[in-house]
Amino acid sequence: PVNIKQLAQEFDKKEIGITQGHRLCPGCGAPITVKFVMMIARHLGYEPVVGLATGCLEVSTSIYPYTAWSVPYIHNAFENVAATMSGVETAYKALKNKGKIPEDKKYAFIAFGGDGGTYDIGLQSLSGMLERGHKVLYVLYDNEGYMNTGNQRSGSTPPGSDTTTAPVGKKLPGKVQLKKNIVEIVAAHENVYAATASLSEPMDFFAKVEKALNFDGPSFLAVFSPCVRFWRVNDDKTVEISKLAVETKYWPLYEVERGVYRVTRKPRQFKPVEEFLKAQGRFRKLLSRPDAKEIVDELQEYVDRRWERLLTLEEVTKDKPIR
Amino acid sequence: SLKSWKEIPIGGVIDKPGTAREYKTGAWRVMRPILHKEKCIDCMFCWLYCPDQAIIQEGGIMKGFNYDYCKGCGLCANVCPKQAIEMRPETEFLSEEG
Repeated sequence: PVNIKQLAQEFDKKEIGITQGHRLCPGCGAPITVKFVMMIARHLGYEPVVGLATGCLEVSTSIYPYTAWSVPYIHNAFENVAATMSGVETAYKALKNKGKIPEDKKYAFIAFGGDGGTYDIGLQSLSGMLERGHKVLYVLYDNEGYMNTGNQRSGSTPPGSDTTTAPVGKKLPGKVQLKKNIVEIVAAHENVYAATASLSEPMDFFAKVEKALNFDGPSFLAVFSPCVRFWRVNDDKTVEISKLAVETKYWPLYEVERGVYRVTRKPRQFKPVEEFLKAQGRFRKLLSRPDAKEIVDELQEYVDRRWERLLTLEEVTKDKPIR
Repeated sequence: SLKSWKEIPIGGVIDKPGTAREYKTGAWRVMRPILHKEKCIDCMFCWLYCPDQAIIQEGGIMKGFNYDYCKGCGLCANVCPKQAIEMRPETEFLSEEG
């Protein structure tokens, strides 16, 4: 595996694929996610071909007449980045069969989508892509809401988070439902590689990108990607919050390869999930409610149970791939 | 300078890659990162995490910042294990640059 210093030496002049001058917020997690994925793809000798779902990343990197992409790039609509990239990958195969593409060139088909374009709007096309078995790496940058349009609730928003469509008020403590478990949904397609990653664990992140790109079939990477603007944290907190998410079991780092679970990071000590909530302004109103303790305890219980379940799954699925 | 409608390719296609580089996001900056090179250990964390690719490094040696693109988020200063990057208000630099 490559280390940070080696990457720096390799990319001090070389193009990464995403350029400067994009208009994402200062401190945004999305361009860091893109950088990590593209650098590893390039490092492994792949030519990246990128597709984007509608979202922050898409609107901020492709404002006419500018583009922040120096690799082949396509955007179609909100709900169909997976379908679009399926088409791109199929077209590539057809051209290769006809001998119109050099045999020695390695391409990596990478789709980037936010949580809106993945958990909710693009779920159907994602499922289709996984079922048909296109060799595409789908990278989810999960900022837990429709942040591009101004902080609306999504299937990924955690309970108690203050959004414009599920505000914390007198009656309701913000969103009342738990986050959708997208990795399980993807893993249920069986012949896939699905993993979670965090910006605070770059070596783990790189290893997963490498595994995903070399996987013979569709792969999915869920990246915890803080939104400094609507999580109400300072611009420089992106990595800090990611670290806290891993340390509080809120964002466990694991992978599922054809049904085989592996927890890739097992912190020796965990912090209470309350610390993760306290660090962010989006939970401030929740934490000042009289029933705050109840909701925090419920979330703590959930993350504990999920962690135990993951460890159990790791044990029982060891060396037992489903396909 | 923007092209007139007669000079734009049909369909509004962008015919060159990476043209966003012409758009200097450095003007957004409120806080400016300053490097204290004597404390720096060239770990490249700042380079790795900079969302705007505004860290200048050569062969893994930290050289400074590209103020044309740095938006001043301060992430580099936060991830620096040696506190070698200091964030100063941009107003302090107004007079010296006119």
